[in-house]
Amino acid sequence: MFARGNQRWIVTAIPYAWMLVFFLVPFLIVLKISFSSTEIAQPPYSPTFDLINDVWVDTLEKLQALQFDNYKRLFTDSIYVESYLSSLWIAGTSTLMMLFLAYPIAYGMARAPKSIRPTLVMMVILPFWTSFLIRIYAWISILSEEGLLNSLLVSLGIIDEPMQILSTNTAVYIGILYSYLPFMVLPLYSALEKMDDSLIEAAKDLGCTQFQAFWRVTFPLSIPGVIAGCFLVFIPAVGEFVIPDLLGGSETLMIGKTMWEEFFNNRDWPAASAVAVALLIVLMIPIVIFQSNEARQQEMR
Amino acid sequence: MSAKTLGPVRRKFAPWDDPSSKPLIEIRQVTKNFGSFTAVDDVSLNIYEREFFALLGPSGCGKTTLMRMLAGFEEPSAGQIIIGGQDMAGIPPHKRPVNMMFQSYALFPHMNVEKNIAFGLEMDKLPKGEIAARVQEMLKLVKLEQFAHRKPHQLSGGQRQRVALARAIAKRPKVLLLDEPLGALDKKLREETQFELLDLQMQLGMTFVIVTHDQDEAMTMADRIAVMDKGQFVQISPPAELYEHPQTKYVADFIGDINLLEGRVTKNERGRITLDSDVTGGVIDVHADSSAGAGDKAWFALRPEKAAISLLPPNDPQTNCAHGTVWDIGYVGDISVYHVRLDQGGSMRASIANTSRVVERPITWEDKVYLTWTPDSGVVLTK
Repeated sequence: MFARGNQRWIVTAIPYAWMLVFFLVPFLIVLKISFSSTEIAQPPYSPTFDLINDVWVDTLEKLQALQFDNYKRLFTDSIYVESYLSSLWIAGTSTLMMLFLAYPIAYGMARAPKSIRPTLVMMVILPFWTSFLIRIYAWISILSEEGLLNSLLVSLGIIDEPMQILSTNTAVYIGILYSYLPFMVLPLYSALEKMDDSLIEAAKDLGCTQFQAFWRVTFPLSIPGVIAGCFLVFIPAVGEFVIPDLLGGSETLMIGKTMWEEFFNNRDWPAASAVAVALLIVLMIPIVIFQSNEARQQEMR
Repeated sequence: MSAKTLGPVRRKFAPWDDPSSKPLIEIRQVTKNFGSFTAVDDVSLNIYEREFFALLGPSGCGKTTLMRMLAGFEEPSAGQIIIGGQDMAGIPPHKRPVNMMFQSYALFPHMNVEKNIAFGLEMDKLPKGEIAARVQEMLKLVKLEQFAHRKPHQLSGGQRQRVALARAIAKRPKVLLLDEPLGALDKKLREETQFELLDLQMQLGMTFVIVTHDQDEAMTMADRIAVMDKGQFVQISPPAELYEHPQTKYVADFIGDINLLEGRVTKNERGRITLDSDVTGGVIDVHADSSAGAGDKAWFALRPEKAAISLLPPNDPQTNCAHGTVWDIGYVGDISVYHVRLDQGGSMRASIANTSRVVERPITWEDKVYLTWTPDSGVVLTK
């Protein structure tokens, strides 16, 4: 009994240890840097306090000396606020567009004959076999002015002059929609697929048309999938860096891109860290909603 | 079984024998094909108002397909279904005067009991007050008043079954279709619920069509039973007739337990049939109607409870008598079933009611016994 209890403790401890080493510790380092001031040195910041050497020495004094300047700047310099808002807007609208795009796909997959469903799921996740970065580069060659899309439209006579798509927000939307679609389709599919067909028949039997049965039964029952899909897309899309950097232009303002510029172009590690910490706080609300949705689903089972 | 209220007494009810009565449901030469598979093969049937009708058969016999065609989930490949004088061809499920209680119950998991029951009424756009009143009435009918605000996953199997029933009858359909309504309940609850369903059907004056593979269920509840096999009706009869006068070996074997003794007809004179049987090694004398003529091969069908078992020979051991050795005894509690190995090589079963409380029975394993029966205790079957 004793040995078994012990083993169970180990199993529970593994994920916690993982989170501690690979998430909490790096986060604390970022947090520490965010409270420091910039230096032209290696590393390019001077720590306000050193956790290893003098944790308990004059703690109060040290705390008072913490540099909140980096955080103050987030509010005073408009680029940060604008980046946050623009990120939330781009992520939010693309999540909504993706929901409208993914729901019919997932619905079609869930209604397909059982034998071909695994193939359809396979097709949805097939793009993951190629590196994300390569796929985004491929979009550059599709969307550029001499790219596939423009030459197709011109040759079909739909447009006379090639359009500027690359380096605009439109390209960013296309990139996000394309990259994150599987994360929306799969939770929707899993919610729709496990639904009992007899529920729809019962609804029809009780007086619903096909359309009413969908809105009164199918859709409400797929809401957990909708919530899961939206957050799985929204949360990473807010912090997206690669897509706005490669497909977006100078007008594209996203917080991931701003942070990258702060870090690599300006070598302002403390400011970049403050941006990262603030982003985490902004995303805390959707993450908590997502978690409680998942917990509620577990309970229902 | 103390203060249990019993429903109204069921009177003799046989509109199918009355040529002037008009059927509520007419199934005319209906066939249903799925690809090359014929699920329902050219069946015709009339079901009358207030009837409790059972479709009985093994899985895959087409009974569920036939019910789904009544509900409108499947369209017949050929033939016609008429309900209440209206041809149902092309009429979708939501416009049919029938409601269905699903085998899985199909309760909406995101709605509470009250909302589930109100669903059909809301679809009919009844006034709010009327919906509330009807829901209360239904909750009372199925004794679930305290559970109105529970979600389906917070209910027991029996309670869910009641919600499904309440939801299906809330719209007061002309016909209620029940697909294996008691299949998911345990034995004790199933037996109780059978009688509750019967009372409810009487009380509501509704026509019930039930699909089941459980012969006890069909026998207990139905006014008439259609036994189905391979997409066709084998026999449509009231329960007692089905049991006492099976028309084929299939029905005789499917309903209850039976001894089928093969023989050759030597004489058939207006209901007095004589067979020579190699199984008993003697003559079988039967008072029954049969089309079998002299020289035909036929089977004498005898229910085990209609055979008497004795250690002493009867007056005439050559007629309606078989001799053998007790090979096994199945003690069921209320009855004991004796498996007897006949001297000629076959075997027969006789069941005896255990009317006295003795553990030691006078007849036991290895005993030589005589099985006897009277001329009107069995029937003669030719197919």
